[in-house]
Amino acid sequence: MSTLASGGFWAFVFVVAGIYTIFALGLQLQFGFAGLLNFGQVAFMAIGAYTMAILVAKEGWSMWLAAPLSVGAAALGGLLLGLPTLRLRADYFAIVTIAFSEILRYVATNDDALTGGAQGTINLRGTGVAAQYDAQWQRFQAHVQSFLGLHSRDAAMLVLVWGVAVVLLSLTWIAIRTPWGRTLRAIREDEDVAASLGKNVFAYKLQVLAVGAAFAGIAGLFYAWEFSFFSPDDFEPLVTFFAWMIVLLGGLGRVWSVPVGAILFGVIFAGTRFFNFVPFSYFGSADRAYLRLMVIGLIIILTVVLRPQGILGKRQEMVLE
Amino acid sequence: MFWQLVANGLVTGSVLAVGAAGVSVVYAILRLVNFAYGDFMAFGALIAYWFQGPLHLSMVVATLLAMLATAVLSVALDVALWRPLRARRAGFMSLFLASIGLALVLRQALLLVAGPAPRFYSVNPYRVFVIGSVRLAEAQVIAIAAAAVAIVLVGLFLSRTTAGRVMRAMADDRSLAAVSGIAVSRAIRLTWIVSGLLAGLAGVLAGLVEYSFDPNFGFQLLLPIFAAVVLGGIGSVYGALLGGLVLGVAMELSTWSGFAGGVNPTYKPVVAFVVLTLALLIRPQGFFGRARLA
Repeated sequence: MSTLASGGFWAFVFVVAGIYTIFALGLQLQFGFAGLLNFGQVAFMAIGAYTMAILVAKEGWSMWLAAPLSVGAAALGGLLLGLPTLRLRADYFAIVTIAFSEILRYVATNDDALTGGAQGTINLRGTGVAAQYDAQWQRFQAHVQSFLGLHSRDAAMLVLVWGVAVVLLSLTWIAIRTPWGRTLRAIREDEDVAASLGKNVFAYKLQVLAVGAAFAGIAGLFYAWEFSFFSPDDFEPLVTFFAWMIVLLGGLGRVWSVPVGAILFGVIFAGTRFFNFVPFSYFGSADRAYLRLMVIGLIIILTVVLRPQGILGKRQEMVLE
Repeated sequence: MFWQLVANGLVTGSVLAVGAAGVSVVYAILRLVNFAYGDFMAFGALIAYWFQGPLHLSMVVATLLAMLATAVLSVALDVALWRPLRARRAGFMSLFLASIGLALVLRQALLLVAGPAPRFYSVNPYRVFVIGSVRLAEAQVIAIAAAAVAIVLVGLFLSRTTAGRVMRAMADDRSLAAVSGIAVSRAIRLTWIVSGLLAGLAGVLAGLVEYSFDPNFGFQLLLPIFAAVVLGGIGSVYGALLGGLVLGVAMELSTWSGFAGGVNPTYKPVVAFVVLTLALLIRPQGFFGRARLA
């Protein structure tokens, strides 16, 4: 059977797209609406995923308590990063944020006692015990499945991820139409003007950084639950670049462009692993991995050069300078 | 132990300094934070490997050819990518993002062609120089010497030659330089050549002192190099030298047991990032001189 006809394949593509929609929406809020050049977004995904996994697997907390706390931890990470760095020039802010995400990844790789180290979450309770953090989630997912009468667990995950994604997209859509959102866009266009009108530019930037970080934390939770295991290598700067590709390709300064970019990303990222027809069948799995990232790099370049407003972006609203 | 760590730090720092000088020149003249620079370095390192290994050329010739090849790559990419973006008057963000895309494309292309296996230059690792209590391998001594020569040459080129003065004028004010009748496109090509030569050299030196390297290693060096650029002040090659050396010594000394027990060596890159962050917070204009090109 061709992969394209398999329901499980498409469920996986769309679950990945849903997780990345939430993740990239945070970046859209920060960059597309407030102009913050955040290149450390993956750090907040890592904080969300690790906080939940540590609290559940090591401390024995309930998932329902650990999950919201993890999102809070990601938001707090955004505040702590923003406090000293938001006054920096845009280029320096970009470099410091990526350095921040790398510092966290190095700590997660080397501090075995806290995170399980390079072996990942399976090592959370030390060697000899296979630690696991998602038993409660699996039960919840099974409940949702039987409640909705779905035929597979994947379908239940799909409903859950996209349910949360649509709620967050809608909230963002509303938020940018409030005075708060208009102020953000004013800051993006010219922060001196916003400041001269009495707006506390720094506070607004800090808020949007924290909210975007919280979104990344939520994406981290779903990432952890979908894959049942993760390690520091899952949070390389590359993941941040994926979010940038999604936001750029979909279109800057728009809310519903994010899922469009994320679905295209999902097809490239997840789809090309399983395409078993020509021309994909010419390449081995390692070469496919290289080609996949090459395509993502090319999409970033071509979007910047040929269509800086993205697929759905409006030139009048925001175009990459 | 202390002096050995300082010496090791000078070796690491020399490599960072050469890379930082190359990043710095492009940053100052083209306002481009070149995220693909680490992959230019990996490209240079692999080209030198190919000339030295399969083609049996001497290390010096292989290095020079690798530098040349990296410069050619830099100029070719300017024609294919950066010139169209300049023509569109693309701003800092577009350039930054395009360079991230380019970094991905370049690195994956290297992986596709050369594979992920670690490579080694065939140099004798047992020739060791002993100075007091410090022991340095031949490759380490060569790295320090080559870095010092390269930086001084670039510094003299920028301060003493007409072409160098043109580049500095561009760094100060591009439109003023253009209306003064300076051939802007030639100066830009020169900038890429200088930056490419330095990238090739930095890649080979990094491959020499780290003993083994793969196509991913350039990217891992990139953030410490950015740290050295910022520390030294953007556009200053001597600043890049100082920034690189300070950072290299700081990274190595952080593991010294006399220094509060020393940090775990695996945290050396973290030390670089922390120094970078502190440097930016305390003196965003860099520690050595204001932003200028000399």
